[in-house]
Amino acid sequence: MDKHYDVIIFGAGPAGLTAGIYLGRARAKTLILDTATVGGQTVLSYSVANYPGVEETSGREISQTMLRQAKSFGCEVRPYARIAEVELAGPEKAVTLENGSRFTFQVAVVATGGVPRKLGLESEEAFVSKGISFCATCDGDFFSDRPIAIIGGGNSALEEAIALSAFASHITIIHEFDHFQAEPWIVEEVRANPKMEFLMEQDIREFEGGGSLERVITKHKRTGEITVTPVDGCFIFIGYVANSSLVEGSVTLNDRGEIVTDEELRTNLPGVFAAGDVRAKRYRQITTAVADGTVAAMAALETLRGLER
Amino acid sequence: MLQTGLNHIESQPDFESLVRDNEKVMLCCGRMGPMCLPVYDIMESLGEDYANVAFRDMDFDGPASSIVRRLPHVRDFFSLPFTIYYNNGEVVHATSGIQTHQQVTESLDRAFGTAS
Ligand SMILES: Cc1cc2nc3c(=O)[nH]c(=O)nc-3n(C[C@H](O)[C@H](O)[C@H](O)COP(=O)(O)OP(=O)(O)OC[C@H]3O[C@@H](n4cnc5c(N)ncnc54)[C@H](O)[C@@H]3O)c2cc1C
Repeated sequence: MDKHYDVIIFGAGPAGLTAGIYLGRARAKTLILDTATVGGQTVLSYSVANYPGVEETSGREISQTMLRQAKSFGCEVRPYARIAEVELAGPEKAVTLENGSRFTFQVAVVATGGVPRKLGLESEEAFVSKGISFCATCDGDFFSDRPIAIIGGGNSALEEAIALSAFASHITIIHEFDHFQAEPWIVEEVRANPKMEFLMEQDIREFEGGGSLERVITKHKRTGEITVTPVDGCFIFIGYVANSSLVEGSVTLNDRGEIVTDEELRTNLPGVFAAGDVRAKRYRQITTAVADGTVAAMAALETLRGLER
Repeated sequence: MLQTGLNHIESQPDFESLVRDNEKVMLCCGRMGPMCLPVYDIMESLGEDYANVAFRDMDFDGPASSIVRRLPHVRDFFSLPFTIYYNNGEVVHATSGIQTHQQVTESLDRAFGTAS
């Protein structure tokens, strides 16, 4: 038999867990489904120093606390859910898992977050974890006294470049534009670092090597000049992609694949809200995800009350 | 020392009895880092579905890690965790870096046949 919930939240990152806390506390029967582990991108942060009220902690600690809070208010949480089908269009919504379990619900909160953007080259995939990395804090020390490249020119790329300069012998920062998008103070710090070299206006053509990465091949956007950069490692920080495939085709997305919402985080589908990094917005932080989770939960409660009337 | 719900391999004798007493072993060698934690969580969640597999972790900075670090299979690995699959004491598969639930089950099925 189908099990019925008032609300199903997709995603157990900070946005989804916060929505779970608010909805559980308001006694709405709530289930959070996550296709992976609890915590979302926060588990990738060793240290979070900008979450107000907590001086410094790890992302995992923050998300485990949120999980305990959500559960203490009666919210159910299922990590590693293998979702087969979601029906969001009608007033009675449903999700079916691959094991055949089916849950019906009235309101959905989509809080599926994002993942690091990749370049999309076959050779990039081939060298992931064999020289190509997306996490400086995790893999930096493998490149002690070795040359590396960093791809990207925003705040994350340049901040990570500074962090990686503690390990690497030489860093080539490869960027697609003729200037960096990062804050001026970060650009200044990077430019003053003697380990850094800059390759601007480049298209990444190929990653090459034997068992592990040995060089990055790039082409100048205007002149067409090919540059071969010998490296042992390459860190890619070119932004994030919204995990919106769950609602693709049913909910309105912008041209970057992010869910479009109004101020109360309603999507175009009645009873479907979106919160956190998956929705179209400028700033993506734990605090903004948590704020979204709160707004979506409050608006969802109002919708539930409207349905009861 | 790793703080996980898995049993830890902390010494050469630990490792020797692990592979002597268990035909199928998945050993994850990492730190308490962001790319490692999800893999430990996944291993903890798979105990029931793969009851015939011994799931263990090992501290990458501990003395026993030389068992994994010196394997030829990890020569080109640059991302933690290093995850090694042993069948009858032989390495049959190895991965580097964070893995999804699906990637781990695919690796288990590839190394040992499908879930018990
Ligand atoms: C390395 C790194 C360091 C960071 N450091 C900081 C920091 O110091 N301070 C700060 O404020 N922010 C930091 N951030 C940003 C912050 O982590 C994110 O903005 C925040 O986690 C977004 O929360 P979210 O809940 O919207 O999404 P996410 O955290 O991405 O969580 C989304 C969840 O949805 C799940 N999911 C995906 N698809 C589906 C699906 N189809 N069905 C069900 N579930 C699904 C995912 O598995 C995931 O658990 C950092 C990010 C990274 C990557």
